[in-house]
Amino acid sequence: MGIMRLGRVELKVMDLEKSVDYYTNVIGLEETGRSEGRIYMKAWDEYDHHSVVLQQADSAGLDHMAFKVEKLDDLAHYEKKVEQFGCTVRRVPNGTRLAEGQAIRIETPTGHQVELYHDIEVLGKKVGSLNPHPWPTDTRGIAPHALDHCLLTGEDLETATRFFMEVLGFKQSEKVMTVDGEVMLGSFLFTGNKAHDIAFVKGPDKKLHHAAFHVDNFYEVLKAADILSRNEVQIEVTPTRHGITRGQTVYFFDPSGNRNEAFCGGYFTYTDFPTITWTEDRIGQGIFYHRRELIESFMKALT
Amino acid sequence: MFTVQVNRLVGEIFKCSSTEDVLTAARRHGVSIPLGCRGGGCGMCKIQVTEGKFERGTSSMAVLTEEERRENYSLACKTYPRENITIEITLK
Ligand code: FES
Ligand SMILES: [Fe+2]
Repeated sequence: MGIMRLGRVELKVMDLEKSVDYYTNVIGLEETGRSEGRIYMKAWDEYDHHSVVLQQADSAGLDHMAFKVEKLDDLAHYEKKVEQFGCTVRRVPNGTRLAEGQAIRIETPTGHQVELYHDIEVLGKKVGSLNPHPWPTDTRGIAPHALDHCLLTGEDLETATRFFMEVLGFKQSEKVMTVDGEVMLGSFLFTGNKAHDIAFVKGPDKKLHHAAFHVDNFYEVLKAADILSRNEVQIEVTPTRHGITRGQTVYFFDPSGNRNEAFCGGYFTYTDFPTITWTEDRIGQGIFYHRRELIESFMKALT
Repeated sequence: MFTVQVNRLVGEIFKCSSTEDVLTAARRHGVSIPLGCRGGGCGMCKIQVTEGKFERGTSSMAVLTEEERRENYSLACKTYPRENITIEITLK
């Protein structure tokens, strides 16, 4: 019983065709279906029907992110716990989106929409699951393994963290605190054993900071940046290392202004690990380990 | 080729072709307008066009409201001059 992992993110985009061109040819996801106003995609190393949904909208941003639970019964269990915590939750019926079963949709304390689901059509991988080769030969663009994590912004990170830990059973791998230890400025949360599946930094409620894709290693991050530059994609932060999670990264924007990341190399975490603490005076190094200074757009450009 | 006059800095004037966005032209001429996504989604590059015609590319409703549009606010990364224009750089 419980939440297994991040399963999907639905992003609002302002030009569906331009966006699908970017997410398939530059990011290198595979289009797996279309329904009214939506396009569905998966990365090559994912089994399920989709991990990214693009939704035609008049603004950029996050529609929702969703976590996959082990059993269908888990939905009723979490539904009750969410209500007890005092957050609103509603059922999303079967077939609301393509290839998906029912889900519960939660409004988090930061105003974001988070869904839990179990049923989704399984498409499998091109390499198969019987004596597979390590990677398919016909990929395009960056071709990440999978959707990795999202970073969101919110006003009250103490309550958001409490919600994810007490209600949804997440653990906190790292946090950023004011020097006096009074206020939480960043919170990195995991449900499997990645360094983070969802994270928050202090900022306006309901906003998306970025959605990240997992690539193999630092050379793949560098190559991702090569592919982005070749395609004239707006790169915000060239390849570097995070202090937080120790991952390596490049940040860039999709055609509607949603920030994306190609990420690799975060450590494995386990539920008995202590939470790592960063203090605000060291946050520059925590976020950009080499530059050791934040950049204005990274703090302010949100969708 | 059109000219873009920056209100706040008297004398600051740069060239921008009709296919180029004001943000790219400004930065090429060393005029710094804040930027983030260059995709009309984040609102970092908001300016106000105080004189002259321009065309506006797809811009997020969440960062540029109907009312702002009526007052000729615009996202520099999605602003294309159609004649010589004057802009105000809104520093937040
Ligand atoms: S730079 Fe993001 S809207 Fe122009
Ligand atoms: Fe990230």
